[in-house]
Amino acid sequence: MAPALVWLTALMVVPCALVLALAFFRRGIYGGIDYTFTLENFGLVFDPLYAGIFLKSARIAGTATLIAVVIGYAAAYAIAAAPRRWQPVFLFFAVLPFWSNYLIRTYAWIVLLNREGLITQLLRWFGYTGEPPSMLYTEGAVIAGLVYNYLPFVILACYAPLSRLNPELAEASRDLGASAATTFRRVILPLTLPGIAAGAVFVFVLSIGNFVTPALLGGGRFQMIGNLVYDQFLTANDWPFGAALAMALIAIMLLVLMAQAMVANRAAGRAAQAAGGTDG
Amino acid sequence: MAERPPATRRALWLVLGLVFAFLYIPIAVLVALSFNEGGLPTAWSGFSLKWYASLANNSAILSAALNTLIVALISTAVATLLGTLLAIGVEMRRQYGKGLEALIFAPMIIPDIVLAIALLSFFSMLNLTMGLHTIILAHVVFNLAFVCSVVRARLKSFDWSIVEASADLGASALTTFRRVTLPVIAPAVIAGALLAFTLSVDEFIIAFFTAGAGRASTTLPMQIYAMIRFGITPEINALATIVMAVSITALTLSQRLNRGMIGQ
Repeated sequence: MAPALVWLTALMVVPCALVLALAFFRRGIYGGIDYTFTLENFGLVFDPLYAGIFLKSARIAGTATLIAVVIGYAAAYAIAAAPRRWQPVFLFFAVLPFWSNYLIRTYAWIVLLNREGLITQLLRWFGYTGEPPSMLYTEGAVIAGLVYNYLPFVILACYAPLSRLNPELAEASRDLGASAATTFRRVILPLTLPGIAAGAVFVFVLSIGNFVTPALLGGGRFQMIGNLVYDQFLTANDWPFGAALAMALIAIMLLVLMAQAMVANRAAGRAAQAAGGTDG
Repeated sequence: MAERPPATRRALWLVLGLVFAFLYIPIAVLVALSFNEGGLPTAWSGFSLKWYASLANNSAILSAALNTLIVALISTAVATLLGTLLAIGVEMRRQYGKGLEALIFAPMIIPDIVLAIALLSFFSMLNLTMGLHTIILAHVVFNLAFVCSVVRARLKSFDWSIVEASADLGASALTTFRRVTLPVIAPAVIAGALLAFTLSVDEFIIAFFTAGAGRASTTLPMQIYAMIRFGITPEINALATIVMAVSITALTLSQRLNRGMIGQ
């Protein structure tokens, strides 16, 4: 196991530590690195211009997460309610697109949304004669792309607790006079919350740091944090600032993961309680 | 759905239908267009394989495909070896700190862009000339973590007392590994390798940052990205169809070898 650990240390831990260190240095006059200590780069992260991009990224990632969770949960619920022998088949086909190339799945949306794309063609076919709607290179297109790319994971994450749900719990709730909506809200939803949280964290973390989807579906000028980091390293040549941005991204990610761990812990307690309740 | 009222049952089937339409229509459109003579989404002008033929004559795509194959094969081989040994080492010991667990888990969750810029900074600080070899070094990082997690899942149910028994009966460590441990974990090792291969073939961001300048080390995803940025060309539809077919085949195979992984 030693070679693997050496590999991970040399090519992940050390480079990441290096980026962390870079964030505390100054940018050199000709784009290099000036090795004097500074906190400027982190200050710049909170500059209204860049803070705005962080907020916009969080808003886009949040919207994509919400939509993916609603659709993904509904899909997982329907799969868990399907006849037993069909469930693995449905699940397999729900996850299959996830294993095809990310760029290609994103490109598929360019084909659908561009001015002469499939959706415009469909509108024409239904008798629409006006200007083709501009759907590509909008925030909506970016959100659609993110939802499309990460939906399979939400389905997978929500299916696990839904399929393990003891049907007697819902039955008991109904027998005690609760409506279907109350049963869902008070019994099913709390018990499946860890799955929702896992799926939501996955979509949010991968969306907020995404750079391919905004670049392809948002257009050349569209910027999220990932694009900003990319620019600092490959075009603006301000590596220290790029490193500070990346560290801010990691910090957001860790916060979200911690929140998820809290939800999972609390739900584990609740599940233990519910299990105790049915036994008695 | 059996014991639910018919209205609910219909609603659930409708949800399934809509979700699968959402997931598959975009891909289906791409595949269909790749066989469209005219190549444009505006009109179907007849079935044709000419876009596949033109791919075969596109030297930029062919050399990118070759680069991808080189990167994927070497990084998969190295990662499979290292990842499997890591999995055995960790599982045999049973006692491991949270730090080790985090180290193995990190490559799977760290944002691609962060690992990409970290490796770019690292390689340029070492004054390393970047090319296919640096992409391979980078790909092994996440590939070995995925191989390790697949093999570890298999080892969870492994009875280590048979390893002891083998040693007691006089087998060397190597013989024990070859005749006892390996046969048990082989399906997981192959599944992990197929997963790593697919991840490497599809990986774009880290390759993009660690490839260095020049066309010589362009991989297929980098080539696809460059083509997509220029807009829709019918050749991409054909290329996309082939790439999807390859990765879906490899992963279906991987899943079959490692049944049960999908539901966990």
